[in-house]
This record gives sequence, structure tokens and C-alpha cells, in this order.
Amino acid sequence: MSVFLAKRLITLIATLIGASAVVFVVLEILPGNAAQILMGPDASPDAVHALAVQLGIDRPPMERYWHWVSGMLVGDLGQSYAYSTPVRDLILERLALTVPLAVMAMVITTAVALAAGLYAASRQNKLGDIGVMSLSQIGIAIPNFWFAILLIIVFSVHLKWFSAGGFAGWDDGIFAGLKSLLLPAISLAVVQAAILARITRSAVLDVLREDFVRTARAKGASRRRTLWGHVLRNAMIPVITVMGLQFSELLAGTIVVESVFYLPGLGRLIFQSISNRDLIVVRNCVMLLAAMVVMVNFVVDVLYAVIDPRVKASDI
Amino acid sequence: MKRAFRNASFAIGAVLSIALVAVAALSLIWTPHSPYEVNMAAKLLPPDASHWLGTDPYGRDIVSLLLVGARASIVVGMVAVGIGLIVGAALGLLASARRGWAEELIMRIADFGFAFPAILSAIMLTAVFGPGMVNAIIAIGIYNIPTFARITRASANAVWSREFVLAARACGKGAFSITMEHVLPNIASVLIVQATIRFAIAILAEAALSYLGLGTQPPQPSWGRMLSEAQSLMFQAPMLAVYPGFAIALAVLGLNLLGDGLRDRFDPRLARRR
Repeated sequence: MSVFLAKRLITLIATLIGASAVVFVVLEILPGNAAQILMGPDASPDAVHALAVQLGIDRPPMERYWHWVSGMLVGDLGQSYAYSTPVRDLILERLALTVPLAVMAMVITTAVALAAGLYAASRQNKLGDIGVMSLSQIGIAIPNFWFAILLIIVFSVHLKWFSAGGFAGWDDGIFAGLKSLLLPAISLAVVQAAILARITRSAVLDVLREDFVRTARAKGASRRRTLWGHVLRNAMIPVITVMGLQFSELLAGTIVVESVFYLPGLGRLIFQSISNRDLIVVRNCVMLLAAMVVMVNFVVDVLYAVIDPRVKASDI
Repeated sequence: MKRAFRNASFAIGAVLSIALVAVAALSLIWTPHSPYEVNMAAKLLPPDASHWLGTDPYGRDIVSLLLVGARASIVVGMVAVGIGLIVGAALGLLASARRGWAEELIMRIADFGFAFPAILSAIMLTAVFGPGMVNAIIAIGIYNIPTFARITRASANAVWSREFVLAARACGKGAFSITMEHVLPNIASVLIVQATIRFAIAILAEAALSYLGLGTQPPQPSWGRMLSEAQSLMFQAPMLAVYPGFAIALAVLGLNLLGDGLRDRFDPRLARRR
């Protein structure tokens, strides 16, 4: 286990370094002179140079990269050009929306998918199974931002139960905040729940065929007890792996869904910063999202080994 | 019942996929009206005999826009999957043929490609090079490479351990000719299935990027853009936001069902097990 952990940890760090290098090269080196981009083609060379010095982009690339990475380690991400505030504060403020949104979507995904997947598996090849599988096939095909628009049309325009967008904030109480995140979370969850339900179903069916399930039933354990005590635990391995991948999809999905609902989250911040040519914000946000994805996958790999002790370092 | 259901969904998938291509091909030679012609006098018309689904806020015919919009989806999907398939399969085959450090290196790079979901890599590219269809294609293509590399390597490794490959090696064949003559034909079906499913994902990604204004640019119609234009009119004309999304969902559903059906046909053992 410790060898396994050490190996995964080294991979994690290497991946983070690699990702930061890619982000740096793409968003800092490729665009050329960021000062010129910010000030437009008509700016005087002196003004461009002054801004370049202010932004610190007149220094060599390696030095800038090191400055950025070492800054990240102590939580200093530099200054946003468009907002004139520290990037760290901007990101922290936006995370207060995006993290609860992604977690809420993941909770909905898991609850719906496990229930639907288990139900379908227990009725294999019967009408209920075919119904759930057909629905999930449709769910996978629905673009999340379209579903978001449909939810707004039904629940905001017609029924007027929710506002069509915007975020109430956490100051008016948790309930008001959660309520404005509910429709966005559902639209993020639909596709992922559909995928996860299919995975759950086939994982449960695979485990049901194992000898130990027959043994458990033969020794007199009830169907319910076998399902909850034996089948679920073993079926969780593929399910958790997919959940890890899905969390990254959810985080990426927030970029689109936050735009549909005009939510001031991290995704919308990235999007606005692109329009503002505020590349320092884009760079840090993209790095943060990529880092979250990598971390989640690391946690999944570790969980995987905890659930199934047979997984050894050599398998990864 | 089970078998009938599987056959039916394969048939639906095939029909929807063919319809998608047919619609895009049709739009090259005929549309009911011009999808580019702005006519403010005819804006937001309800459906009638001339405009089957009505018109948009610029007076353009919805049916014509939908037909031409299929083209953007197909072009982006095909090219992006093509990039992912060719580069990814080449890397996967190389990793499988050479093993050792080459395999380790390629797979680690692929792992790390997973840190950047399609939207994220597209956003990085558009932040630098500006929004546009080509950048969207490249971004989705790059995002596809690690998936194809992984799947190719896993299936190719299985072929490399078979007896007929051993026999070919005993005859003195090199790694390259074994790869081309034995490995590639044996994993082609897996790649075809994956390409179909990735095509569907690419269509979704293109729609999302165009919705954000980072993909296909006006005046070229695309389903994603139609949705973003419709969103500001949700109160006056909610149906405008329904049609393009429906088109995307049908296209994706069709390709997914086709992919699943092909998988069952290429590997009947899998179908029986499930």
C-alpha cells in the first residue's frame, strides 16, 4: 500500500508540474506580448513597454514560470488586469459558488444513478430495465446547456418557481443560495446521472454473477442482504472510477452552465476573462481546474485501492 | 424481447446517423430558404406552409438554419475525431509495439491529457488564438488523442500476446509489419466503435463551444449558436430554444445507439453477457 501511495503521489506531482508547464506555455508564451494584447495594436511602444515592466513580462520565461509556480505555492497568484484585484481573491470568491454547485450536481448524480442502476439491474431485461436504459440513453444525448434552457423555460418562465438566473448569494441564508443553484445543478447532473446509471447497472450485473453471491444466497442470506452487504460493495469499484472522471466533467461543465444561468462562478470568470484579455486570470483558473481534475483522479485511485486491496502498485 | 430491443435500438441509431449525414448533404444543394438572408419584416413568424418551423429574430427560416447547422456538427465531429483517431491510434500502436520506456512515456502523457477536458483545452486555445471553428476542431481533436491512445494500446497489447503474432515473429517479421498486417486489422472494430461514440461527444462539445461563442462563428449557422440566440427570447419565443437542442440530442442519440449496436455486432460475446 505504501509503495502504491508513493508511486501515485510521484505521478500526481509530475502531472501537476506537466500541466502547469502546458498552461504556462499556451497562455503565457504563445500569445506573445501580453502588454500589447491588453493595450491593443494602436498603443504607443513606450506605454506597452511600461505595462510589460509592470506585469513583469519583460523578464525571461523560466524566471516568470518560477515566479508563477512559487507564487501559487504560497497563494500569491498576481494581480488581475481587468478587475485590479488580487487573482486569488477573485478565484476564492467565485469558488464559493462553483464548488457547492459541482458538489450538489455530484450528489444528485449519485443518488439518481445508484437508484436507477440498481433498479434496472434487479429487473434485468424486464420492462423496468428497458425503460431505465432507454431513458439513460436519451439523458446521455442531451446537451447540458440545452437542458438548462429547457428548465428555465418550464420552471422560471412558465411556472415562475425559480428566477431565470443569477445567484442570491449566501448572505440571505443557505436555502436561498441552494435554491438558485438547484436548476444549474440538475442540468449538470442529467447527463452524468444517465452515464453513471448504466455503469452501475452493468457493474451490479457483473457482480451478481460471481460465485460468492451464490454462496451468500445458499447460506440463507436474503436477497436484500446479499444486495446491500455483498453486491454493492464490490460493484462500487467501477462506479467510483467513473465518478472521479465525472467530477472533472462536472467542473468543466460549470463553464457552460454558469453562463446559461449568469452565475458568478469560476467558469464564468474564465469566460469573462477571455473577453477581457485578462490572461493572468485565465491561466490561474485553468490551472486550478486542471489541478482539481488531477487531484480528484488521485483520490479515486487511492479509494480504489482501499476498496479493493488486490489493487497493487504494479497494476497502475 | 431483449434481442428485439437491441436490434431496434441499433436500427434507430443507424437511421438517425444516416439522417444526420443526409440532412447535411441535402443542405449543400437545397434549403427551403436562404439561411443567411436577413429579413426583419419576417422576424419571429409562427410556423406556416412556407416556414415550417417559423423564423428567427432576424427573419431567417428555422428549417434552413437547422439543415445547414448539421454541416458544422459533422465537419467538426469528423475532423476532430480524425485527428484523435490517427494520432491516438499511432501513439497507442507505437506504445504497444515498442513496450518499455516508450510505452511508459506515451501512457503518462496520455494520463496527463485527461487533466484537460475538451471545453478547457478549447478555452485555452481560444484565449490565445481567438474563437473560431478551426480552433474548436483542434481543441476537440487534441482532447480525443489520449482516449484513442489508451484504447488502442490496451487492445493492441491483447493482440500482441496471441499465437498468430508469435508465429509471424518466428517468421522474422518486424514490429512495423506485424502492427500493420496483424494488430491493426484486429483492433479496427474497437476503433470504429470508439470513433462513433467520440463523434457524438465531439458534436456535444462543438455545440457547447458555439453556444459560448467560441466555436462556429456567424453567419455560418450552427445549432449551438442558434441556442444562444434563442435564449434571449425565451419569454417571447420559447420554441426557438427547443428545435436546435432537439437536433443535437437526436444526432448524439443516433451516433451513440449506432456505436453500441456496432459493438454488439463486432463482439457478440459482450452482447450475450450483458
